[in-house]
Amino acid sequence: MNANKVLDAKGLACPMPVVRARKVMKEMETGEVLEILATDKGSVADLAAWSKSGGHDLLEQKEEGGIFTFRIQKG
Amino acid sequence: MSETKRTTIVLFSGDYDKAMAAYIIANGAAAYDHQVTIFHTFWGLNALRKDELVSVKKGLLEKVFGKMMPRGANKMGISKMNYAGMGPKMIKHVMKKHNAMTLPQLIELAEEQDIKLVACTMTMDLLGLQQDELLDGIEYAGVAAYLGDAQDGNVNLFI
Repeated sequence: MNANKVLDAKGLACPMPVVRARKVMKEMETGEVLEILATDKGSVADLAAWSKSGGHDLLEQKEEGGIFTFRIQKG
Repeated sequence: MSETKRTTIVLFSGDYDKAMAAYIIANGAAAYDHQVTIFHTFWGLNALRKDELVSVKKGLLEKVFGKMMPRGANKMGISKMNYAGMGPKMIKHVMKKHNAMTLPQLIELAEEQDIKLVACTMTMDLLGLQQDELLDGIEYAGVAAYLGDAQDGNVNLFI
């Protein structure tokens, strides 16, 4: 599934990745996919927990060259 | 999603680092769609002070208190290794390097995220702080209003 929106959160420190993710996700429709790029190591646990709490699906998560990519489907 | 959850934080400390922790948790909770309240009491009130000098009528003791306490979030000291103000300079330098948000930025973000910033009126009287000296758009209340929010709370912290 292609991402409907991409959020570039690279270089942002805690708590900004989740703060931005929430803002973007709010404007999206259920079932749409948000791709998030981040460099904050805490974002791995943070975005997983945040997705779960908000009822979203963390479809995929990977790391490449210090950049974390998350694909989250809005629930 | 289920009904809105609540996070309530009492910010008692006037230390820059502790206030930072409080505001990071508050902003994180807002990202969790919690309704967030930060109740500022005693030294925590200094985080809400405007950084400019506001002329208000005060008694001598209140004036002295006002002079001795940090005027605004950016002037607060840190809880460990303050070294007469060198500590905050160093930590702000490191924060910049790591792209961490400063306390004034975190407070601004809290306002953007509709976090309820409350000043405790009783301790404002004790420390001689007046509404004109504190940030605009904040709320004023006492313990009962705080408990009203906290009793339905899911997360409740005293910092």
